[in-house]
Parts: sequence; structure tokens; C-alpha cells
Amino acid sequence: MKTIYKVAIPIAIIAVAVASAFAYQYLATEQTITLNGAGATFPFPLIDKWAAEYHKIKPNVQVNYQGIGSGGGIQQHTEKTVHFAASDAPLTEAQAAKVPNTLHIPITIGGVVVIYNLPGIAKGLKFTGEILADICLGKITKWNDARLTAINPGISLPDQPITVVHRSDGSGTTFIWTSYLSNVSPEWKETVGRGTSVNWPTGLGGKGNDGVTALVQQTPYSIGYVEFTYAKKNNLAYGYVQNAAGEFIEPSIESFTKAAEYAAVTLPRGDASWSKVSIVDSLANNTQARGAYPITSFSYILVYKELNVLPNMNEATAKALVDFLWWTVHDGQNYAADLYYVPLPSSVVAHNEETIRLITFNGQQIRK
Amino acid sequence: MKISQKISPFIRNLNIKSILQLKKHFKGDDIFKLVSALFASSIFLLLGLMVYELVKGSWLSIQTFGLNFIVGTKWDPAVSKVFGTLPLILGTLVTSAIALLIGVPISLGVGLALSEYMPKKFGLAVSFLVELLAAVPSVIYGLWGIFVLIPFLRNHVYSCLQAVFGFIPLFSGPIYGGGVLTGGIVLAIMIIPTVSAVMRDLFLAVPNSQREAMIALGATKWETAKTVISYARSGVIGAAILGLGRAVGETMAITMVIGNKFQVWPSSLFDAWYTMAAIIANELLEATYDLYISALINVGLVLLFVTLIINVLARLIVWRTLRLTRGIARE
Repeated sequence: MKTIYKVAIPIAIIAVAVASAFAYQYLATEQTITLNGAGATFPFPLIDKWAAEYHKIKPNVQVNYQGIGSGGGIQQHTEKTVHFAASDAPLTEAQAAKVPNTLHIPITIGGVVVIYNLPGIAKGLKFTGEILADICLGKITKWNDARLTAINPGISLPDQPITVVHRSDGSGTTFIWTSYLSNVSPEWKETVGRGTSVNWPTGLGGKGNDGVTALVQQTPYSIGYVEFTYAKKNNLAYGYVQNAAGEFIEPSIESFTKAAEYAAVTLPRGDASWSKVSIVDSLANNTQARGAYPITSFSYILVYKELNVLPNMNEATAKALVDFLWWTVHDGQNYAADLYYVPLPSSVVAHNEETIRLITFNGQQIRK
Repeated sequence: MKISQKISPFIRNLNIKSILQLKKHFKGDDIFKLVSALFASSIFLLLGLMVYELVKGSWLSIQTFGLNFIVGTKWDPAVSKVFGTLPLILGTLVTSAIALLIGVPISLGVGLALSEYMPKKFGLAVSFLVELLAAVPSVIYGLWGIFVLIPFLRNHVYSCLQAVFGFIPLFSGPIYGGGVLTGGIVLAIMIIPTVSAVMRDLFLAVPNSQREAMIALGATKWETAKTVISYARSGVIGAAILGLGRAVGETMAITMVIGNKFQVWPSSLFDAWYTMAAIIANELLEATYDLYISALINVGLVLLFVTLIINVLARLIVWRTLRLTRGIARE
């Protein structure tokens, strides 16, 4: 009999302890609000950081974000399976028609930089838009092409064929890059066009920013394009690109911010159509935009204007979502620079405040 | 009584009582038979559903392009929105063929060495390692391909190949590192573990009487090995097809090393190309409009059919060789 007690009592104690731990967990999680988001991979590190930091401030709010690509994010937004989506490009007219009353909130800014691998040549090689387009079209095939040497005096460019490296996967980065090339080259616009993937006339495809970075690093005399972060983190040589004002601009947080400031002047209302919004396009002919890097873009969060369209939505969750969005465009921006993202200029923050005030739940404005 | 004869009266008199007395109607064996038949038919159901979903998803693309989708050579999602997969089909088949060309002889050697030549204990250790290799995820092969294999091949192998064979168009042209040959080599490395493991098992299954008979006739070790191979011939072909199946469907590793260049035919073995699986992996996530998504699903459908055709051909070859060997045995 005694031996039974010897075994039974500890087991009982453990059982009670485990049960109460579960009960506590259950009671504690009952009030936890989970906000689910999905979409672009470009802002993923930033949104992930936000989720962690916001959880420290508001322990009852848990933000989950999955970087599944802008297309996937828009699809989940359309199917109403996430609270918010992120996309590198605004909704097109066709996409917006399926999800009326979607708000666009620019949350960060990205710049696409030209990277190259030329032994002995550091960063700062100068490029014009036409030259970049002709390289990608396969019309400029040698590094010592007369047009390249003309704008890069004092740099001895090698007599070597240029290997173009582009993204093989569909990506917002490619969309920004091809938008830029379409603006500067009519031939590019007609034969290749702009898109998340295009029919590349020449070159190799690398998967993801990492893939392009690796290919450029390993292929002497190659040229490619990646998000600024990747060029910085991997110490790649990157080029200066001429803007419409005629200056050769070094890609940097400052020159991206400048670009966003020029574009912010013409931003539409949060619930209007954003399909035409593009920093790249707005800078294409802006000869006054001094100091602005021309291949810059917003990354957006998409959210419904009236949150009761989402299933299982309640007032507490709606409020948590709006508070989180409010926080990301204000305090959240402080985390951007450390991760090589560009903090929003104050004009864009002010615009976003107006947009977030438009969000309602059952017709009631949430943030006043 | 046969089970098929038992089922219809059972269903005719179906009521709660008969279900409770299931054991009265069917013996344990019958039940086992029924359950396994159910599992077996689930394969048909699965394949059927898969084809149904693929056709449904690609219907828009099938309607728009029809057969042009298969013979078309343009993939332009941005301007003209025209999709054709011929280059992808060719790229898939050629890289897989290169993989077989390199991989099968090596696997044959590994299998023979393990079963015929090596001491048992050493052979066991090696086969354990070979099986371990089969479990390495393909993305690891891809990363290794990018960071180790490509620089090595470009700097030490391809430049030599070009220096010697450069006059043949196959080995001329710019060397990027990644490309058709690199893709084939990576695929070969990936199929070797599976194929050689199967071949070893095949050779081990060859009855010892065969070997003894050869030795009794005064055959050398190599001649004995040749008999072992020819005894297991149909299995060897089957193993190669198994490898081909893996190579055709391989996605991640090939995407990372082939260069992803959409063109009908590469200028040389060093040039970049594209495969069906790679384009789906690359573009599906950011496909932005319905026709584009539909075209990518259509690529999946074509890939399924290509695999199906390969498997049917393989079956036919295996049956043919089996019939031949049996015919010889009868004579």
C-alpha cells in the first residue's frame, strides 16, 4: 500500500501543477489579441522587428507576419484571411476592383541599387538611365563602351563583356527596376515593359536578393540590381544613378528620403485609387527633384477601411489593429534605420495619420 | 466464396444489425482485403483530384493559348502577356538527360562496388553514408552549388574544357558558372544516392548461384560482375527511371544553379537555361493577374504529363527487357 502512495502522491502533485499551468496559460491567452498579416518579403525583417517590439509594449497583442510575397499578400487580403497585407506595389485597377475600400498605407521606403563586380573598381561608377536600359537590353555589351567611359572619366573600364544578373523570381524589386527602365527607355517600355517578372532579353537569373547578390559576387564583370540593404550588408560596390535633374546620386537613406518627399506632395487620399502612385514615375520627369535617388519606392500595408468585413472581427481586435498601425508609422519608424530601411518623412507620416483615421468598425471611427 | 460475391448481398440487406454483425458476414481476411482495396483506390482518387485541380486552375490559359502553350517559345508576362513552354520542356528534358548521363554510370559503379567488390563491413558503412546523402534537402544542394561548385567549375573545370574542346560549339561561348551543364551535374549528384542505393539492393538480390556458375566457368571478377548486371537489367533501368523522375521534378537546387534564362536553345553547355519546375517556383508567388497564375498552373499540368509519359515509356522498356530475358531463359 505504502509504495502506491509513494508513487501516487508525486504524480498527483505533478498533475495538479501541469493542469494549473495549462489553465493559467488558457486564461492568460484568452485576452491575447492576434493580428495576422502576410505579404511582401521586402519589409519582412522590419515588420518582424515591429511585431517583437510592439509585443514588449503591449504584451496582449501578438502580431504574426508571413513573408509570402506581395502577390500572395494581395490574394489573402482579397480572401479576407488576414488582418493586414503588405505589398511592394499599390493595387492595380483590376486588383482594387475586387477589394473596394482598401486603404494604402506607405510604411517604409526601399531603394533599388545597381551593383557590379569589377575587380579593382570600388563603388561610385556613374550610370545614366539610358545606359542601364541598353545594358539590360543587351545593346551595350562591353564595360569599356564609349558611353560608359565618357561619363566615368579617370576610371579605366576593362575590355570585358558585361554579364547582366536579374531576379529570376517575381518580385517587387524587379517591378521597381523595370518601371525605372521603362521610364528612361522607350524601347524597353515597348519590348520588355514593367512587371514583377518580365521577358528578359539577356542575362542570368538569380533567385531572390540573395541569389542575385551571390551571382554578382561570384561572376567577374557582372552587373545586377538589389535592394539597398543587400548591397550594404554584403559590402557590394554600387553605382550612382543620374536623376531627371541631371545629378549622379549616391543611393543612401538621405537620397531615398528626398525622393519620397518629392513624391509625397501628390499622394492620393488613403481610400482613393493608388494604382498610379510610384516614386519612380513621379521622379521620371521632375527636373527640380535635386538630391533625389530615382529608383526609390514605397512599400505598403493594405487594410480594409471598414473592418467588419473581416470574419471574426470584434471591436477589441479592430482597435488593436489600428493602434498597431498608428504605432508603426510613428514610433515604429525609429527601428527602420538600424535595419537599413528608410524612415518615412514627416509629410508621409502626416498623410498616413489621415488614412488611419479613415478606418472604421461598424461605421464607428476608431482612431480620432 | 469470393469477397466480391459477398459484398452485394451484404449491401442489399444493409441495416444496423448487419453492421454490428459485420464479422458474421466477413472473415478477418475479407475485411483486410476491403481496407487495402480502399487504400489502393485512394491513389486513383488522389491522382484524379490532382489532374482535376490542375485543369481547373489552368483552364483560362488552356482556353487562351490552346496547343500554342506547348509549342510557344515566348514567355512575356509584362507586355504582350503571351505564355509558351517549349523552352521549359526542352530545358527540363535536357538537364535531366545530362543528369542521367553522368549519374547512372556512377551509380552503377557504386552499386557494383558495394555489392561485389568491397568487404561487407566497409560496404555497409558506405551504403549508410550513401543513404544519408539521399536525405539531404535539395535547397542545401542548391546553396552548395552556388557557393562551392559553381566557382570551382568555372575556374578549374570549364575553362579547361573550353581550352581543349572550344572548337566544338557545345563548349564555346561565355562561361558564367551556372548553366545547363552545372544544372545537370547538380542533378546528377542529387540522384546518385537514390539510384545507387537501389542498384546495390538489386545486385545483392542476384542469386549467388549466378556468380558461382560464372566462377566455375573460369570467369574473371569483371566478367562475373557483367553477368550480375545483365541479370538485374530491368531493375537497373527502373532505377535509372527513378532517378529521372527525381531530376525532372527537382525544383529548388536547379533553380539556384541553372541561371533561369528563358530561351529555346542555349548557345552552349555553359549557357543558362530554364526548367518547368523552376519557373513555377520563381514566379507563382508574385504572379499578379489571373491569366499569369493560370499559365503557371498550366506549366504544372504539362510537367505532370511529361512525368507521366516518361514513366509509361520506362514501364514499357522494363516490360520489354523482362520479356526478352524470359524468352532467352526459356530457350
